[in-house]
Amino acid sequence: MGINKKTKWFRACHVNDVPANGGVCIQYQNEQIAIFHFTSRQEWYATQNLCPHKQQMILSRGLIGETLSEAKVACPYHKNTFSLITGKCLSSSEIDVIKIYEIKIEDEFVFVACE
Amino acid sequence: MKSNRFSPSSIKVVVIGNAMVGHKFCEKLRERDVLNTIDIKVFGEENHRAYDRVHLSEYFKDKSIDRLYLSKTGWYESKNIQIYLDNPVVEIDRFKKNVISKSGEVCPYDYLVLATGSSPFLPPITGNDLFGVFVYRTVDDLEMILGRAYKSKKAAVIGGGLLGLEAAKAMLDLRLETHVIEHSPRLMPRQLDETGATFLRNKLEHLGIKIHLNKTTSAIRGNERVEWVEFADNTQLDTDMVVVSAGIRPRDELARQCGLRTGPRGGVIVNEYLQTSDPFIYAIGECALYEGMIYGLVAPGYNMAEVVASNLTGGDKIFTAFDMSTKLKLIGVDVASFGDPFGMNTAHSPIIFEDRMRDIYKRINISEDGKKLLGGILVGDTHSYNMLLQTCLNELSLPPHPENILFQSEEGSKNESGVMALPDAALICSCESISKKTICDAVIAQGIADAEGMKKCTKAGTGCGGCIPMVKDLINETLKLQGKMIKQIICEHFAYSRQQLYDLIKINGIKTFEAALESFGTGFGCEICKPVIASILASAWNDLIIKHATIQDTNDRYLANIQKGGSYSVVPRIPGGEITPDKLIAIGEIAKKYNLYCKITGGQRIDLFGAMIHQLPEIWEELIAAGFESGHAYGKAVRTVKSCVGSTWCRYGLHDSVGFAIELEERYKGLRAPHKIKMAVSGCVRECAEAQSKDVGVIATEKGWNLFICGNGGAKPQHAVLFASDIDKETVVHYIDRLLMFYIKTAEPLTRTSTWLNKLEGGLDYLKDVIIHNTLGICVQLEQEMQETLSQYYCEWKAVVESPQLRKQFTHFVNSNEPDPTISFEEKRKQKNPVAWV
Ligand code: SRM
Ligand SMILES: Cc1cc2nc3c(=O)[nH]c(=O)nc-3n(C[C@H](O)[C@H](O)[C@H](O)COP(=O)(O)OP(=O)(O)OC[C@H]3O[C@@H](n4cnc5c(N)ncnc54)[C@H](O)[C@@H]3O)c2cc1C
Ligand code: SF4
Ligand code: FES
Repeated sequence: MGINKKTKWFRACHVNDVPANGGVCIQYQNEQIAIFHFTSRQEWYATQNLCPHKQQMILSRGLIGETLSEAKVACPYHKNTFSLITGKCLSSSEIDVIKIYEIKIEDEFVFVACE
Repeated sequence: MKSNRFSPSSIKVVVIGNAMVGHKFCEKLRERDVLNTIDIKVFGEENHRAYDRVHLSEYFKDKSIDRLYLSKTGWYESKNIQIYLDNPVVEIDRFKKNVISKSGEVCPYDYLVLATGSSPFLPPITGNDLFGVFVYRTVDDLEMILGRAYKSKKAAVIGGGLLGLEAAKAMLDLRLETHVIEHSPRLMPRQLDETGATFLRNKLEHLGIKIHLNKTTSAIRGNERVEWVEFADNTQLDTDMVVVSAGIRPRDELARQCGLRTGPRGGVIVNEYLQTSDPFIYAIGECALYEGMIYGLVAPGYNMAEVVASNLTGGDKIFTAFDMSTKLKLIGVDVASFGDPFGMNTAHSPIIFEDRMRDIYKRINISEDGKKLLGGILVGDTHSYNMLLQTCLNELSLPPHPENILFQSEEGSKNESGVMALPDAALICSCESISKKTICDAVIAQGIADAEGMKKCTKAGTGCGGCIPMVKDLINETLKLQGKMIKQIICEHFAYSRQQLYDLIKINGIKTFEAALESFGTGFGCEICKPVIASILASAWNDLIIKHATIQDTNDRYLANIQKGGSYSVVPRIPGGEITPDKLIAIGEIAKKYNLYCKITGGQRIDLFGAMIHQLPEIWEELIAAGFESGHAYGKAVRTVKSCVGSTWCRYGLHDSVGFAIELEERYKGLRAPHKIKMAVSGCVRECAEAQSKDVGVIATEKGWNLFICGNGGAKPQHAVLFASDIDKETVVHYIDRLLMFYIKTAEPLTRTSTWLNKLEGGLDYLKDVIIHNTLGICVQLEQEMQETLSQYYCEWKAVVESPQLRKQFTHFVNSNEPDPTISFEEKRKQKNPVAWV
């Protein structure tokens, strides 16, 4: 109990680079990270960009939304949906969990926690 | 002891506490006091008028209390009730019969009602007053939690009961690493047995909540603010904040101060009329102790409010022991326990169902004679909760094989005939004491057809909300019995059919998704309603699609079709399939330059595949320069108008089918609809353009044109039907205008014209009446609306090509100009192809 991992914050982009209620993809070393601004709920999320269903680099272009107030993103390919909070696939139990990154806004810049 | 009788002269009632139960009491009392003769005064300690504590966690959603208020602004004034907020009563003088408030207000009463509720119990351990220790009870508590959560990474919730788990889920939603600390060996010890609790634990751990059982917190430690908690077994847990949810204590301090009888562990002792030891003072809600029991739920509290309101107005209701069944309302965690969950009270035989694959556990306790359901526990699937609860409470006889109840699939358990089998008196909404009969009557007599309407009409479902699924089933079943159709709705965010939404959007001049949500929706939308609204906005205003980019399905968002591997295809418009050699060459050159795979489509166009997202604007720019414009191969829109070669060349051709096809495609291009629309024009009855498989098919005849409608290829082919014969071109266009506009306005999402016609009441004859004979008198309007929409057409690609700002959206990364390094191609039959996906 009480593991304290050191977080490294990567400055990903300016807040205005992300469309309202939409997402963008950023490159961090060899990783592709999808960043979403759920503007109407004043929330920011970051996930892996890869959709685990057919291994497509696409989630940042997905529609975001909520079901019973749980924020989610729908993959553009086959509309599988993933919780932005837990990363769990909400539409199928066969599909893997996606990685969620910590995210914060400071001085109008978006920072993502990278190990 | 009951001796109070309603006296006609004005009486003074003072209520202490303005929360759920206190408010309900005011409502009930005024409802019964038709002549408005009772003088009512209410004192509240909180800063806000009564709000919905049961749904307190929703405060985190929009950080506003507005949606939680139980009454509209001005309600108390309009009911002539004097309300004092932020002004607790500090003393009761039973002999003078008055109360004194913090601000010094002295108020005489004839009857006093204590609705002071309870407060969270803070265990007396070291550090319980440190900065960063919170409870979870009021809006102010949540506000403080929010303030701290922004600066925290970890939260520990002390207490693994119903409320603790709700708090934990809220902490998780605030994206904190969340721990739950429970001192007993299982979660929700009061509601679940050991196996049920283990299943629940698995579920929560899946969500990402960390559970620690058998841990007694001995201290909360830190320098000025919380840094860790310590347990009796000498272990510890680092955390930035602590939320304590270790039970409640009734707020009986005023009662004790003025000498009313209270219970040994707190609570104001009341009789069945809810009178305290002073017959002029009543206690209701979570501060009342009835037969040794505090009822920590809203339904019994509301019931108590009703009993006292009745007694003060001449009625003689009494309070009897109340059902304490509960359902946890956490998203993604279905847990319920009802009746006698452990079978402690009666001899019984439990039936247990465990599905470890899907984390489902169900247990029902059956009486020894196998006839009655005594209680049970559901984890992982609570679809049958309401039905089981009703069976249990109404002591309905069980079917011969009660175990089947446990195997019912999710749909099966809705069990439509089941709800109708309940007795009329069955209590469906226990918060508001609404019976099955009241609900069914509201459907029959007042035409209520959905849960929202039912809430307004009867208040059913306005309390804890747990009965809503059953209310919906009852509404639907009653409607069905009446032979009425059940209302279609878009999704959880819009309780309307597409047709209703279309009208609302048009009439109210709604131009954005946000405005639509604000005016007619709830919540924040999803991947179902966003594209539907996008499509309606496009049909209604023909605004540039890309202005609403983030609510479009992906092909509309990027104005091209996404392909395997992440590249896109471009299908330039080639109206009627007619193309000059120069244009063919231009396509070839562009394809060569960008190395695009080429294919002739089934829609008489050329598809260029394998473009990278950043290349799209450049490719469009070159296509536009060569005289092409957006070809909608994406979008629920008019696609192509196919043609056969027609009278110009063909020896059988009767009229110029190519020319007419081009006219139609130019006219309707870009028109957006509930689904895609395809057309074709053939020059004679040989039908080489396959017009009878299209949404709109036109075939030349000796005397003019035959118009066919609502055909479909695709997955469920259906021949188009003859709509009008031997008409001239102008009439063809008038009919198509009206028909398509009528379809756009009335079809449900993703319904092709064929399916729409199949479902249309009155069928083809009705459609002919509307479109040809103008029986609804809307033909002119339909044509005008079509004209307006079509006149707004603009080549979407051009809009992007010309706007540096829009062009910027076409990159893979925002923080780099590199293309997606993971896209790769392989060669096949001398062209590039995407690598197959795994
Ligand atoms: C390219 C093309 C196949 C080809 O290489 O020939 C094609 C390709 C696709 N069709 Fe099609 N259809 C194509 C002609 C057809 C035809 C033939 C026709 O139009 O004469 C049909 C049957 C006629 C009909 O629609 O009634 C057809 C019936 C479908 C359907 C089934 C529709 C239905 O009502 O059942 C779908 C699925 C859907 O729309 O939901 C579909 C969906 C698709 C999608 C959009 C699937 C997708 O989401 O990726 C494909 C897009 C490929 C792309 O990126 O370009 N495509 N598709 C044809 C493009 C024609 C054009 O120039 O626009
Ligand atoms: C997060 C949460 C979730 C819940 N979920 C459910 C659920 O799903 N289902 C369910 O049935 N129940 C649920 N409950 C319990 C339910 O909210 C309570 O049973 C109900 O609100 C009790 O209402 P009440 O009016 O008796 O008491 P309270 O809500 O405690 O209200 C008492 C009010 O009196 C005020 N007061 C106290 N002393 C004075 C004074 N001297 N002068 C003036 N004012 C005073 C207090 O400030 C308070 O505003 C939940 C509770 C919480 C906190
Ligand atoms: S038939 Fe199926 S595979 Fe072929 S293009 Fe149409 S949608 Fe794609
Ligand atoms: S690739 Fe994402 S859902 Fe299929």
